[in-house]
Amino acid sequence: MAYPQTAPGNGGLIMPTMNMIQALNSAMDTMLERDPNVLIFGEDVGYFGGVFRATEGLQRKYGVTRCFDTPIGEGGIIATAIGMGAYGLRPVVEIQFADYIYPAFDQLVSEAARLRYRSAGDFSAAMTVRTPYGGGIFGGQTHSQSPEAIFTHVTGLKTVIPSTPYDAKGLLISAIEDDDPVIFLEPKRIYNGPFNGRHDQPVVPWSKHPASEVPEGYYTVPLGRANILRSGEQMTILAYGTMVYVALTAAEASGIDAEVIDLRTLLPVDIDTIVASVEKTGRCVIIHEATRTSGYGAELSALVQEHCFYHLEAPIERVTGWDTPYPHAFEWEYFPGPERVTAAMRRVLEG
Amino acid sequence: MKNRKPLSLRVPQPKYRPGDSPDFTGLVVPEAGSVRRPDIGVRPHDIADLAYGMIRVLDSHHRAVGPWDPKLDPETLRRGLQSMLLTRAYDDRMYRAQRQGRTSFYMKSTGEEAVATAASFALERDDMCFPSYRQQGILIARGYPLFKMMCQVYSNPADPLKGRQLPIMYSAKDYGFFSISGNLGTQFPQAVGWAMASAYKGDDRIAASWVGEGTTAEGDFHHACTFAAVYRAPVILNVVNNQWAISSFSGIAGGDDSTFASRAIGYGLPGIRVDGNDFLAVYAATQWAAERARSNMGATLIELYTYRVEGHSTSDDPSRYRPQDEAKAWPLGDPIVRLKNHLIQLGEWDEERHESANKDAVEQVRASDREASALGTLGQAKPSIKTMFEDVYKDMPWHIRRQRQEMGV
Ligand SMILES: Cc1ncc(C[n+]2csc(CCOP(=O)(O)OP(=O)(O)O)c2C)c(N)n1
Ligand SMILES: [Mg+2]
Repeated sequence: MAYPQTAPGNGGLIMPTMNMIQALNSAMDTMLERDPNVLIFGEDVGYFGGVFRATEGLQRKYGVTRCFDTPIGEGGIIATAIGMGAYGLRPVVEIQFADYIYPAFDQLVSEAARLRYRSAGDFSAAMTVRTPYGGGIFGGQTHSQSPEAIFTHVTGLKTVIPSTPYDAKGLLISAIEDDDPVIFLEPKRIYNGPFNGRHDQPVVPWSKHPASEVPEGYYTVPLGRANILRSGEQMTILAYGTMVYVALTAAEASGIDAEVIDLRTLLPVDIDTIVASVEKTGRCVIIHEATRTSGYGAELSALVQEHCFYHLEAPIERVTGWDTPYPHAFEWEYFPGPERVTAAMRRVLEG
Repeated sequence: MKNRKPLSLRVPQPKYRPGDSPDFTGLVVPEAGSVRRPDIGVRPHDIADLAYGMIRVLDSHHRAVGPWDPKLDPETLRRGLQSMLLTRAYDDRMYRAQRQGRTSFYMKSTGEEAVATAASFALERDDMCFPSYRQQGILIARGYPLFKMMCQVYSNPADPLKGRQLPIMYSAKDYGFFSISGNLGTQFPQAVGWAMASAYKGDDRIAASWVGEGTTAEGDFHHACTFAAVYRAPVILNVVNNQWAISSFSGIAGGDDSTFASRAIGYGLPGIRVDGNDFLAVYAATQWAAERARSNMGATLIELYTYRVEGHSTSDDPSRYRPQDEAKAWPLGDPIVRLKNHLIQLGEWDEERHESANKDAVEQVRASDREASALGTLGQAKPSIKTMFEDVYKDMPWHIRRQRQEMGV
C-alpha cells in the first residue's frame, strides 16, 4: 500500500483531511498565492466557485481578475488561455464537464498542442485544463463521458488523472508548473469519497481514507509517474481515476494476488513501472470506464505487448465501458464494476 | 518606459448579489404599443431600432394595445393560458418528483412559460422546433401526452427514449420537437440546416430554435446566424434572455453593452426584442417572423426578454449568487398573471374560472403522474437492458453485438 505518498520533509506541516474538491481548491489557492502569473477562469468559477465548488472562495481571496466567470464558449476559453499562455501567464481553466470540451477541440488539437512545434519553440502556451469526467452519478450521456483517449492521441498534450485528494493537489500543482498544455481530468464520482463500483453500499467519505491527508501549502506529485497501490505477484491491473478502487476491490474479492497500478499520468505514461510489473507477473488486465474501441486501453495493451511479449503468459484483457453512449437508466449496467473485473482476472489467470 | 497609463482587465459584475436589495427602476421598459410594426418585407437595416426597443402588447391596465396586437380571439387566449398553467403545474410536480428521489434531475421553466407556449401557438403544427431544455411548454402546447413526458423523466419501461437520456431531454418528431442535446447551442445551426432543406425541397415548413442568452457565446450561435443570413433560411432564431446562465448574469454573455437582438444587425438579419413575459407580444413577434420566413425572406433573430424565476436546475442553489427576492422585483411580471388579467379585462375570464382552470391543470398532471409512476420511476424499473446496445448504428456491428453477448442479454 502506498498511501499516502508523504511529501518530502512534510513532518512539520499541518495535515488536515480534505476531499478531492478541497484538495484541488488548495492546489489553486497555493499557486495563486505563489505565482502572480497564475489565473483561473471558466464557466461559473468566479463568484459562485464552480458547479462542483472547486474554486470556492478564490475570487473573494484573490480578486475578480484572478478568478473569473467566462462566457459559455469552450472554444473561447481555450483560445484565450492559449493567448495568455503565449504572453507568459499560466492560465488554469475549467471546462464545466469533460463532455463540453468538444467545442474547444480545434483550439486544443490544432493550436495548444502544436504551437511549440510549429514555431520551433518561438512560442509556447503553458496552460492547465481542469475538467470533471466519468460516470457513476446518473448524469446521462452528457455528464458521464470519459474522453481521455481523445487527448492522449493528440501529440503535444499531456493527460493527467488523479485518484486521491493527495495526488489531486500534487499533480495539479505539477500541471500548473508544467510548460506544456495539460489536460487534467478529474474523476467526479470520487470528488467526495472513493467509489469501488458497489453502488448499493453506503458512500465512504475521504476523511476515512489515508490519502485524504493533504498538506497545506506547496508540494508536488510529479507528472509521468505511476503509483503501485497494491503489490502482487499473479497479475498486473492497470487503472486510473475511479477505476483504481474498482481494481482494488476486485483484487480483494477475487483472492488473486494482483498488483494494482494507478497510472496517474496517461501521457507521458510511466512505462518503466508498467514493464517492471508485467515482467514480474506475466499477466495483465487493463480497465477503464471509457468506451472500448480505440480507448486508452488499446494503447496500453499495445505497449505491454511490445515491451513484455516474452514475459506474457496469457492474452491481455480489457474491461471497459460498452461501445454505446452512456445511458441514463443503465448506469450500473454500463459502469464496469468489480464483478466484470474479477471475471476478466479469472480468464487471465486461466488463459 | 513610455509614459502611458497601465492597462487593466475588466471583468463585468452584476448589480446585485445575495444580501443586496434588487432595484430594477433603471431598467428601460418601453411603453406597451410604442414600437412600430414594419411590413414583413422590410430591409433588416431599416429596423435596427427594433433590436434595441421592446415589443410589448399588454399595458399596465391589462389591455392589448398598439400595432403588434395579434388580435387573438378569446378562445385562443384561454387555450394559451391553459397551456401555461399546465406547464407550470407539470414543472412543479416533476421538480418535487426529483426532490422525492424519483428521478435524478429536473429543470423548470417557471416565469418563462409564455416564451415556449405563445411561439407554439403562432407556429404551424408541422414546423420543426429545435428547443433548449427550457421549452417544455412547446410539447405541452402541442398536446404531447404528459404521461410520456413523465415516463421520459423517470427513465421507466415506457420511456419513449428507452432510458438513454437525462430527464427533460425529450424528443418527439411527430410533434415537431427535435431531440434535445445536452450540449448547449449545437441545435441552433442545425435548425438552419433543417430550414435550408425545406427550402431546397420547395416545401412550406419552417424551423424555429431557442437558446439561452448565455449560450449565444458558443460558436454555434455565429454559425447559425451566418448560414441563416447567407442562405435566407426560413428559420426563427430565438434567444431567451432570462438574465442568468446558471450563476453568470447576462453581462458575462456580453449583454451589458448591447442587446442580444442587436447581434442580428451585423449579419444582415432582422433583430427584434420582445417582452418575453407578454404572451401576445411573443405570439405577434413569432407570427411576424414566421410570415417573413414563409415568404422566402429568410430568418429573424428574436430576443425574448424574461427572467429565470427558479434555480437553473435541481442541482442549483441560486441563493448563493443572486438576491433571494430578485424574481419578485423583476418588473415584467408573471406571464400567467398578465394573460389572466387581460382575459378578465376583456370580460372573458374571472378569478373563479382561473382557480378552477388551475385546479384542472394540477389534477391532469397528478393523474398522468399516477399512470407514469405506476410503471416505475428511476431505479425501480427500466427499459429492457438489451435495448442499451441498439441504435448506436442502424445495423449493429459485430463488436457491439459481441459486447451485448458478453453482458448476457
Ligand atoms: C457546450 C456546453 N457547455 C456548458 C454546458 C453546461 N451548462 C448547462 S446549462 C448552462 C447555462 C446556460 O445558460 P443559458 O444559455 O442562459 O440558458 P438558461 O439555462 O438560462 O435557460 C451551462 C453552462 C453545456 N450543457 N454545454
Ligand atoms: Mg439564461
